[in-house]
Amino acid sequence: MSAQPMHFVSPAQFRDRVSEALADDGLRDNFRSAMNFLRDKRASQFPDPVETEALRDLGEAVRKHALAHLPALLEKLETNLQARGVEVHWAETPGEACAIIHRIATEAGATRVIKGKSMVSEEVELNHYLEARGVECLESDMGEYIVQLAGERPSHIVMPAIHKTKQDIARLFEQKIPDAGYTEDVDALIRTGREVLRERFMQADIGISGVNFAIAETGTLWLVENEGNGRLSTTVPDIHIAMMGIEKVVDTLEHAMPLASLLPRSATGQAATTYFNLITGPRRPGDQDGPRRMHLVLLDNGRTQAYADAQLRATLQCIRCGACMNHCPVYARVGGHAYGTTYPGPIGQILSPHLLGLDDSRDLPTASSLCGACAEVCPVRIPIPSLLMRLRTEANRAPGAAVAQPLAGQGASFSVGQKLVWRFWSGIYASPGRYRLLRWAATRFRWLAPRRQMGWTQHRTPLRPAARSLHDLMKARGQPR
Amino acid sequence: MHADRPPRPDQVYLFGTCLIDLFVPQAGVDAVRLLEREGLTVHFPRAQTCCGQPAFTSGNPDEARRVAAAQIALFDQPWPIVVPSGSCAGMMRHHWPTLFDDDPKMQARARDVAGRVYELAGFLVDVLHVDYSAASAEPVTVGLHTSCSARREMGTRAHGVQLLSALPGVTLDTHANESECCGFGGVFSLKHADISGAIVHDKVASLSAVCERFVTADCGCMLNISHAAEHQGRALRGEHLATFLLRRLEGQA
Repeated sequence: MSAQPMHFVSPAQFRDRVSEALADDGLRDNFRSAMNFLRDKRASQFPDPVETEALRDLGEAVRKHALAHLPALLEKLETNLQARGVEVHWAETPGEACAIIHRIATEAGATRVIKGKSMVSEEVELNHYLEARGVECLESDMGEYIVQLAGERPSHIVMPAIHKTKQDIARLFEQKIPDAGYTEDVDALIRTGREVLRERFMQADIGISGVNFAIAETGTLWLVENEGNGRLSTTVPDIHIAMMGIEKVVDTLEHAMPLASLLPRSATGQAATTYFNLITGPRRPGDQDGPRRMHLVLLDNGRTQAYADAQLRATLQCIRCGACMNHCPVYARVGGHAYGTTYPGPIGQILSPHLLGLDDSRDLPTASSLCGACAEVCPVRIPIPSLLMRLRTEANRAPGAAVAQPLAGQGASFSVGQKLVWRFWSGIYASPGRYRLLRWAATRFRWLAPRRQMGWTQHRTPLRPAARSLHDLMKARGQPR
Repeated sequence: MHADRPPRPDQVYLFGTCLIDLFVPQAGVDAVRLLEREGLTVHFPRAQTCCGQPAFTSGNPDEARRVAAAQIALFDQPWPIVVPSGSCAGMMRHHWPTLFDDDPKMQARARDVAGRVYELAGFLVDVLHVDYSAASAEPVTVGLHTSCSARREMGTRAHGVQLLSALPGVTLDTHANESECCGFGGVFSLKHADISGAIVHDKVASLSAVCERFVTADCGCMLNISHAAEHQGRALRGEHLATFLLRRLEGQA
């Protein structure tokens, strides 16, 4: 399996990496069995379809409500966080987010950061940025730690090291951790990792975490996790910096409840995670523990583009459970690294065009059979196939065409040739006369069907039209019109 | 599935689909004969071509709209429209109306037509309540592949299972990862040939493990899986549900 660099590679080379991934039988086997395991686990958490659909309705409604009131809720969140002593920062770009965090570190004289899991920090490539400036970042989520140790990047948003076997990890630990011998005993491996990490929690100046739900009404940041590293990262160091995309806000604690049930059940097939951390401000006078200072960095990075479009806004309903990738036949074949984006799989295919522009991500929306497995399991009912088709349409649109809300990279896949092909196609199929001619030619000259038929014959024998079309047979039968 | 099942009609339209028209016409004829043996008159408007799905799913809605509009004009009688394909039925029922968001008059017509669209298996079970217990009892084992659109847009996987299970002598074997896509996806199979190829490779393997013959109500999936199996030198072949049902009803294996 090829090592992936720690920073994200361009999704523009999607096709090359797909070929590489498909040629890797070991990788495909890993993903196949991991995905089947996760699908079964999720299914076991949703035994009652009536309850499931009702809860998904509720989850969708809560997220739609939050997005419908997004600006007001963000202001409310900021006000309530500030009232509890949390400093709130707004970042439009990844560069701004990184610079804000670096400034906080510099002002505090901090050189050691311990990180809980945060996909937004992956999105802005924070580790890269800070390490280039002399601030050491250590991932404390076991999966993230493994990926960091290997110099790779997450291949899944919930299980970052899912592409690795226990043998891969055993070799990695033996190589990279002093005194760690080779063992395939998973418990022993986890113990080894934890011993390294435990020490580092105590030494860290700053803890950085993500946010699962930000409650506007109370100014509470809700973090779910299973390893306790999230709790340690947010309580032990003197400074806690949380990072989130602007869409993660919900109105009230009550609104977060269905999401808190849907998230672990959809993601890992757990009724609840081992830890629910509800963080409302830094240490208060008299508190035994907790950070002395607390910050929240809110990131836009293209999200407002999705927000501005009534249909594409549904992209922001996502609660990052990863169920869409677990159920995706494409993700299961190519794995997470092939996408070249922070967020792989179906959610990445609809989100990345806003984060990166369609120029760099134009192949992502097309890499789907539109089977709908993603939308079927999405806990907040994001209509992913419809959004994929919409993004295809925007990529095909003429670059200069005037539309109400042009997307960055509109027309990235536009070509006059392609447009003409579809015009020609519709010219035939919208006209019974022309179609009759096509039918006549296709059946009459069926033996002329080429042996090579674009992508079709790479994995299949050629198609050949029948000798007589259904229209011919219906006519011969005297079928009423 | 429909909450308000219409009374049993005596006339229906058949929308044959472009794939069946040119590549698997017998499936269309067999669908007509299945409907006729229930006493229905089946109308086949001669000007029909394609539901517009290839343009729609590949991000060319203008072209899809043009083709869809030409079809919508063909079904002016209030009869049900039976479609022997889950994905074309899904396109007609769920997506045709969305194509005309800017044209209320056309949208109303699209909605009227869309509301009368049935996938064949769903129609046989829900509307006609067919009884196939007198079919051939000769033992045969088949697999069933339900297209993603039939499963998720039309909700007719259960209907396919019900029809096959009701046939005497037929053993229906479930294959591994049965609910997973076969990798066809129309233009997807051309545009991302390698990914599509990897998915259909696995589908061929899991179906081959349980049967040599599989049945499906979608010709796109059928051609995809059968031609991939042939490419790999495997014996597995698909058959349209209509063809299989009719043959069993006529007392053949």
